[in-house]
Amino acid sequence: MPVIQSPLPGTFYRSSSPDTPPFKAEGDAVAVGDVIGLIEVMKSFHEVKSEVAGSAIHFVTDNEDPVMAGTVLAELS
Amino acid sequence: MLKKLLIANRGEIAVRIIRAARDLGIATVAVYSDADATALHVQLADEAVNIGPPAAKKSYLNIAAILKAAAETGCDSVHPGYGFLAENAGFSDAVTAAGLIFVGPSGDAIRLMGDKVAARGAAHAAGVPIVPGSLGRVDSIDAGRAILADTGFPVMIKAAAGGGGRGIRIAQDLAAFEQAFPQAQAEALAAFGDGGLYMEKVITKARHIEVQVLADGTDAIHCYERECSLQRRRQKVWEEAPSRALSPQLRDELCSSAVRLALAVNYSGAGTVEYLYDEDADRFYFIEMNTRIQVEHPVTEMITGIDLVAEMLRIAGGEPLRLTQADVTVKGHAIEVRLNAEDPARDFAPFPGTVDSLRIPGGPGVRFDSMLYPGYTVPPFYDSLLAKLIVHAETREAAITRMARALSELQIVGLKTTKPLFQALAADPSVQAGDFHTRWLEGWLEHHAARLTPNLEP
Repeated sequence: MPVIQSPLPGTFYRSSSPDTPPFKAEGDAVAVGDVIGLIEVMKSFHEVKSEVAGSAIHFVTDNEDPVMAGTVLAELS
Repeated sequence: MLKKLLIANRGEIAVRIIRAARDLGIATVAVYSDADATALHVQLADEAVNIGPPAAKKSYLNIAAILKAAAETGCDSVHPGYGFLAENAGFSDAVTAAGLIFVGPSGDAIRLMGDKVAARGAAHAAGVPIVPGSLGRVDSIDAGRAILADTGFPVMIKAAAGGGGRGIRIAQDLAAFEQAFPQAQAEALAAFGDGGLYMEKVITKARHIEVQVLADGTDAIHCYERECSLQRRRQKVWEEAPSRALSPQLRDELCSSAVRLALAVNYSGAGTVEYLYDEDADRFYFIEMNTRIQVEHPVTEMITGIDLVAEMLRIAGGEPLRLTQADVTVKGHAIEVRLNAEDPARDFAPFPGTVDSLRIPGGPGVRFDSMLYPGYTVPPFYDSLLAKLIVHAETREAAITRMARALSELQIVGLKTTKPLFQALAADPSVQAGDFHTRWLEGWLEHHAARLTPNLEP
């Protein structure tokens, strides 16, 4: 199963701000290059872009969870 | 005197505060998140309490958890450091309401200085020069034209009701002003339901100069100025004292205006009054007052010999100011640089990681304030400041030479840091001449950043 890993250590966010909807809802289709979340590292924010495509995304890391580089954020089917 | 102090912070400032407290015989309690269990401040404090998960809002910003830790360990006081809750008036109030001493000003003083318009009004009332502009709202273009006599051009027009950078227009001349004013009015009315505007002179080339004050609620003194004009994205990277730009007379006016403001608001503790200095016009203007100890406080400590954090603790413990203005004298020149876990060659991308080995500079006139130790892993959840390297010498020229010497001794192996930036700045003719302003560094970086090669030493 293809997975999307965090490229950086930090905090994972599924939306660009608490007031906006998530970049991807559970089950959404994902194309290569789609932004699926943000990683906050030392107060700066970095987009997580998918390097793989899939018909449905399943998040395994919750919003605001701490992550390490390589932590699996989501699986694709 | 305080007996037991909780330090509501982390990183180098928590270490700094623990050191000052222990020098005064005050017991210390560190607080830490799950990500900071191995942090130096946890190791150095007499006791340490876990206050929650890595995310700051669940730990270092969690007022209930911090107060609980203070109660459980029998603390009589709380030092907020800088950042996190340091300028949160509600935190100052909550600490006081819990029967503890807040090492800093009252919630009311924090609130007053945290409100930009109120702070500007308080400064004006205390006879502190403010950036020329409207004191309150401007409701008509005729009233606006009258204010132009004070501001000149360029002038900034913004909605009085707007926050942040919203709806700001800059007019370069009268024709542009006549056009922009009604547009800004209509826009403000549409956006905020209030067509009131606010006007302020735009100072295009200014130095950032700030004055350190100490006050006990009754008396106030200053500890002279710091210049922090070398900034990137409004973040100071290199700070020094004294400023080479000020004449003795202007220095005297600047520093006494800061004392007037501290007295006017019955300030207590350490604070910093920040100004813009327009070198061409030889005038200074109040920007804001920071009601906390600042990152760059060591440069003042180096030139005055005063331990500012210890003085904060003494004042909080109920002692009157120990120093009179005549006791504060300046000796030599000091410079501080902020070593961040960032790669200056890659647009200052953050670079958390593990310190494989560490060589700390030393010798005469060198101070290194840091939470690093060999084997320490820098967590990615907080700001990128790793260390402050501070040097002191007889003259500014000698201080820059000493900074270059100390940087050459410093090795932080395993991380990328901003060290190459400071090596390049110390060698730069404009920096050596002190010829810069708050926007100088960003222009310089456009031409030099690529050459600030990474330093994954050795």
